[in-house]
Amino acid sequence: MQAAPRRNSELSLLILAFILGAGAIALVALARNTKDIAPAIPLMVVLIVGYVVAHIVMRRTVPQADPLLLPLAAILNILGVAAIYRLSPEGFGPTQVTWTAVGLVFFIGTLLLVRDYKRIASYKYILGSVGIGLLLLPLAPGIGQNINGARLWVHLGSYSFQPGELAKLCLVIFFAAYLAERKELLSIASRKIGPFHFPDIKHFGPLLVMWAVSLAVMFFEKDLGSSLLFFSIFLVMLYIATARAVYVSFGMLLFAIGAYIGYETFAHVQQRVLVWKDVFNERYINNEGYQLAQSLFALATGGLFGTGLGQGRPDIIPAAHTDFIFSVIGEELGLLGTAAVLLCFLLLVARGLRIAMSTRDDFGQLLAAGLTTILGIQTFIILAGVTRLLPLTGITLPFMSYGGSSLLSNFILIALLARISHETDSAPPPAHTAEILIGGR
Amino acid sequence: MQPQIRRVGIGIMLLFVAVFLQLNYVQIFAAKSIASNGANQRRLLREYSIKRGDIITLNGVQVARSVKTNNEYKYLRQYPQGELYGQITGYYSRWYGSDRIERTYNDELLGDVGVLSMQDIQDRLFDRGTRGETVRLTIDSRLQEAAQQALGDNRGAIVAIEPSTGEIRAMYSNPSFDPSQLAAQDSKEAERFWNSLDVTSRTSPLVNIATSRGYPPGSTFKVVTTAAALESGRYTPESTFPDPLELELPQTDETLTNFSKSTCAGGGEIDLFTALTVSCDTTYAILGLKIPDEIKDVADGFGFNTRLPLDIASEPSNYPAVPDNKEPLRAYSAIGQGNVNATPLQMALVAAGVANGGDVPSPHLVRDVIDPTGKIARHFEPDAMGSAMSSATAQTVTEMMTAVVDEGTGTAAQIEGIKVAGKTGTAQTVEGQNPHTWFICFAPADNPKIAVAVLVENGGSFGSEATGGAVAAPLAKQILEADRPIDKW
Repeated sequence: MQAAPRRNSELSLLILAFILGAGAIALVALARNTKDIAPAIPLMVVLIVGYVVAHIVMRRTVPQADPLLLPLAAILNILGVAAIYRLSPEGFGPTQVTWTAVGLVFFIGTLLLVRDYKRIASYKYILGSVGIGLLLLPLAPGIGQNINGARLWVHLGSYSFQPGELAKLCLVIFFAAYLAERKELLSIASRKIGPFHFPDIKHFGPLLVMWAVSLAVMFFEKDLGSSLLFFSIFLVMLYIATARAVYVSFGMLLFAIGAYIGYETFAHVQQRVLVWKDVFNERYINNEGYQLAQSLFALATGGLFGTGLGQGRPDIIPAAHTDFIFSVIGEELGLLGTAAVLLCFLLLVARGLRIAMSTRDDFGQLLAAGLTTILGIQTFIILAGVTRLLPLTGITLPFMSYGGSSLLSNFILIALLARISHETDSAPPPAHTAEILIGGR
Repeated sequence: MQPQIRRVGIGIMLLFVAVFLQLNYVQIFAAKSIASNGANQRRLLREYSIKRGDIITLNGVQVARSVKTNNEYKYLRQYPQGELYGQITGYYSRWYGSDRIERTYNDELLGDVGVLSMQDIQDRLFDRGTRGETVRLTIDSRLQEAAQQALGDNRGAIVAIEPSTGEIRAMYSNPSFDPSQLAAQDSKEAERFWNSLDVTSRTSPLVNIATSRGYPPGSTFKVVTTAAALESGRYTPESTFPDPLELELPQTDETLTNFSKSTCAGGGEIDLFTALTVSCDTTYAILGLKIPDEIKDVADGFGFNTRLPLDIASEPSNYPAVPDNKEPLRAYSAIGQGNVNATPLQMALVAAGVANGGDVPSPHLVRDVIDPTGKIARHFEPDAMGSAMSSATAQTVTEMMTAVVDEGTGTAAQIEGIKVAGKTGTAQTVEGQNPHTWFICFAPADNPKIAVAVLVENGGSFGSEATGGAVAAPLAKQILEADRPIDKW
């Protein structure tokens, strides 16, 4: 195999991420204790070694993969570790490093296990069922648990995880495979109702099933964020596969109806909306709106330049290390920091969609686009929540929030993207004439 | 499928742009208003992580200090002198904000003056935390204590000023309050105390009587009227006036009688010098009718009708111009009644202005700001507010005021071997209430070191028999006596 210039750029970008990230962790350690950065050094070593090993495995297994995926994940993740370490140097900080290491093991495992991504399409029904099973798992009596009013967690012994994080990967694979198989059928509008043409109702099966599932998630787990995420990914993928905007409109209508019913039914959902509309009201600011208000105070206090790492008081925000990690960045690194993070996510999305566009098979395109859309929309939902652009719905910020389930699934996600991009770019480019003969795409 | 993927990409980018715009709004455009919300503890947490500077008196007594705590609000503000300085320092409270010196000099006390000194850099390197600067008052603790003792249980105020500089050496109002209780860490404790202060009332202990409550100055105002008469060039101390039993006022059937309900010098005529000595109301009422504009000019020169340039919030004293159709009011104004009101600080400035040769000093409470190394970071130079009269007039008024203490209504303020210049005041208030008693003075008359104003509300324990000479003058004398060893006279 020829030398991989892409891997060399990846390495130099990784080194840049290490310098930035290790600098951030060192600053945080210094801000807490002037004399001693020693406790932070093992953390930096684990992170650097972890990413270097992942890089070496990529050199061996996917040398032609996109060179930006791993460095972007690394800088976001290490910056997140710095922020978590800043909040909890003895507890969540080191644990997050452990989770990162486990996440990288899953990243490597995915690369080694999935040699040909096209083959996972054949497991679509198994993965789809597993996905729905995982999604509904927290509802199971005994192991499911309510945290902060939403039932998203599963407890097994002393371990707890959010199965929803993994479920979304399974479901995206299922959608991609299902849609790749049926996209022609779904795009043919064979029925006419009034002035509109609709495809046959039986092809709507999966759409309605997904609608039901996302509503179930919302109704029984009271988790508007996840249902919005699942539903929008599905709509986006349906749109990509069929190019029919009517699906999107119809789906949005269905979601709006579901959301309205949810709003009318659940005090929990109503409260979120009321708090969003009027967070600084005396009634909410020290009660239901406390967390959001503190997030906004953190961001506003940060201003353009931030207070400096370790110099602010983001620890006032309840549970800052999970859903509100972005506000921690905002307080201590200011708009410059939040804009940089936003840009990293945007770049990650751009690379993901680029991979999708250059992939030559339907399943690969849909899978890459779907995985990227998860990342983009999940990021948007939580950032819009903590900045009060939209009502807050608890969901993790990929790579940055504290939590094993989230890190694992996001590392698997970029491993799949890396695999797709490698296979696309290492295959010989198709002859243009051949494409014309087949009819192109 | 590429076109659809491209559109999805554009869609996601637009969502991100929306987040970016919202971030600009929250972190830049609305940042100030969001961050300044009272529910944002960050400002307080930062402020309370700083060792706030001390407030000390001129002679080094610690009036306010910050001590380490073991919670996240790292320092606690304490006022070791209790309510003795409460009216001056004000308070620094997590629950009720700050006031007076604590408020005016907040940046200095926090060390937030924008200049990074070598010491600051060292403090940061060695993680000693930021330390604020010390604010040194012009108050002398010995005079402040004398003022508190002199007032005792009487409601009122005592102000002592160095005439040449305007430095306030003592300023005590009774009632006062102990700021420590408002600075308490326990919000319930602070709230209980705050509620006990009856903050919306005029008579709340939070109101500094010396600077913020106006009273009719009564006959002490005759010092101003005398100065105006002499400045007008139409009168001298020897100018004579009729001495009626009662003065008929224009535009009405009313008459004005002397406080003593008799003539001042046995009927016939009385000169201006004697009129001040015995505090003859009819003489000054006549002056009020003759030279109303001149009196207002001199009152303005002393600082009436403007907010005094003090370090802490104060209320202006008032000498309103009286329109032509209300002439009787002019007679009352000239004797410090009617619509005239003055704060004890203002009347202390009247005494200080005469003592200082007619130039009224700008009153102030802070001498300098001292940085953590002990170096003076900022010094407040004495300044004159303006001139109330010529030095020749001031000389004459001083002689007349000396006679008040030597042989007039103010004999209770006499000090053996020292010439004291003074003026009594007994101000009528509303019907049925005892008069407010005043005394203003300075000493030594030929080389003034200290000017004092004393106000005792409603005559204190003397009740309806109270006069400025009997109630207030002895208290002023106590302050003068206390100042003698300090200023060595």
